[in-house]
Order: sequence, then structure tokens, then C-alpha cells
Amino acid sequence: MASATPKSYFWKGFRDGAPFVFVAMPFGLLFGVFATEAGLNIIQTMTFSATVFAGAAQFTALQLLQDNTPTVIVLISALAVNLRVAMYSASLTPYLGAAPLWQRACAAYLIVDQSYACSMIRFEKEPDMTVPQRMIYFFGSVTPITPLWVLGTYLGAVLGTQIPESWALDFALPITFLAMIGPMMRTLAHVVAALVAIVVALLTVAVPFNLGLLIAGAAGMVAGAQIELMLERNKS
Amino acid sequence: MTQIDSTTIWIIIIGLAIGSYLLRFTFIGLVGDRPMPPWLLRHLRYTAVAIIPALIAPLVVWPSATDGQPDLPRMSAAAVALTVGYVTKNVLAAIFTGAATLYGLLYLVA
Repeated sequence: MASATPKSYFWKGFRDGAPFVFVAMPFGLLFGVFATEAGLNIIQTMTFSATVFAGAAQFTALQLLQDNTPTVIVLISALAVNLRVAMYSASLTPYLGAAPLWQRACAAYLIVDQSYACSMIRFEKEPDMTVPQRMIYFFGSVTPITPLWVLGTYLGAVLGTQIPESWALDFALPITFLAMIGPMMRTLAHVVAALVAIVVALLTVAVPFNLGLLIAGAAGMVAGAQIELMLERNKS
Repeated sequence: MTQIDSTTIWIIIIGLAIGSYLLRFTFIGLVGDRPMPPWLLRHLRYTAVAIIPALIAPLVVWPSATDGQPDLPRMSAAAVALTVGYVTKNVLAAIFTGAATLYGLLYLVA
């Protein structure tokens, strides 16, 4: 199976993924701090980061936990935020779907924004790559990120206990999320999806159990999908 | 901030760990080489971009730290973080300028 120098593709992936350590590390740190502030102990915080391995979903769960949201709604909302990894999984499938099941099972755990972005760019640029080369590249791209995400979480959890209340950390989480939204606004459809979601969220704030969030999210998704359809129709 | 009980936290951690893994595994593991319906992909594309703003909007307009009173430093920080993120596409730059705005204005107002 292993054809021409799979090792070199590992290092190619590693190099392409390396710049993201500057995102993974501080993000992990922030999560560690927030989780500690929310009352999670260090074992819970570390388990959270290591097993869920999805920053935005983890932050969502923390925020909702603090608002006394019912457990089911916390789970649904956080998983909804994470639905995009299902989309990543779907779009990686044509490239990696032919690999052995155990490799795909391991790769699935490591599907994050960064490994997805690196891999898609590389696979499209080099259509002649074999499936093993693609797989080893994928693992390479996520190798620098994973340990630093976990290490960052640990440092944040340790530091978090020492941060005084006067630091207004209540608003650090919204700022973190808002900062993530900006780069997501790639097309008009994304902007409309976000705007519709915001308006509906503000209108449904009185709906119990934070269900307004799910209503608003669904409205935003439909709006985005419809705009995308309209733009496609206008083009053709 | 209310204390959350440990069982709830564990249920959420384990639930999210399993759920997130299934989300990741479903397509690459189970769907394999079969194509997916375009309408599904079209909606999946907008999940994060819809849910995250919906989560944040009420926190920005009615912050819990001020008992739900709209608050100039927090609104300004939100605007700065969003704008810098949009213009630079750099998440960390947006976090830092947003935080600087928040602390700067909190300091001036206090």
C-alpha cells in the first residue's frame, strides 16, 4: 500500500498545520480559564478538551451551563454548533473514503477546522495524491495542533483559578465568539444567515429553556441556504 | 455565577464527546463513497454562522454582569471584535482589540 515516501507527506502536513499552533494554544488557554471560572475542576476541563476537541462547541456548552439551561438543550445547541464538522467529514469523504476503516475512525476524531482546511487545499492542488498519502498528510496537519490545544487547556485551567473577578471575564466569551464570526462571513449568504439568526434570537429571548437559540439557529440556516440558492439561480 | 453540579457537567462532557465523534464519523465512516443530497450540505454550511451569533446577540444587548442593562463598554467591545475579525480574518487580533476596547472603556467609565 504505502507508495512513494509517505513520510514526506506527513511533514508536508505538519508544516502546513504548524502556523495554527498560534490559534490552538491561546484558544485552549481561554477554554481552560473559562471552564475553571464556570466551576469545572481540572479533570473535567481536561477531559472536555481532550474528548470533545471542538473549541466553539465547548465554549457554547459552557455559556449555556452558566445560564442554567436544561442539559438536553445544552447538548443539542453545542452539537448544532459542531454540525460543521459533519460537513467537513462529508467533504473529506471523496478523498479519504477508500482508506481502511480503522484509519478513517482515527481520522474522524481529528477533524477540526485546521486539519480540514489544510487538507482540502492540498488535495485539490494535488489531485494525483494516493489515498495513503492523503491520509498521512491529514494526520501530519493535525499533529502540531492537538498537543498544544490540550496543553493550552491545562495551563488555562491552572491560571484560571487565580484570576480576580474584577477582570470582567463575563464578557471574554462573547468577545471570543464575535471574533470567530468575522472571518466566517465569506459570502452574502453567510452574512444573511447571521443577521437573521441575531434578529430571531433577540425576538425569542423570552422563550423558555433557551429554546430561542435553536429556533434562531434554524431560521439562520434556512435563510443562508435560500440566499445561496437565489444567488446560484441569478448566476445561471 | 451559579455552581453547576458535577453530574450535569459529566453528562454534558460525555454526551458531547460521543455526539461530536458521531458527527465526525458519520460521513467519512459510514457514508463512504456515496454522494450526499445537496440540500443537506447547503443547510449544514450555515449552522455555525447562524448558531454562534444567535447565542451571542442577547449577551451583547443585555449583559448579565450589568443585570441586563445595555452597557457602552460591552457593546463597543463587541462591535470592535466583530469588525476587526471581519476585516483582518484574524481571530486572535479580533479578541485582543475587543478586549482592549472593553478594558479601556471600563477604565474610563469607572
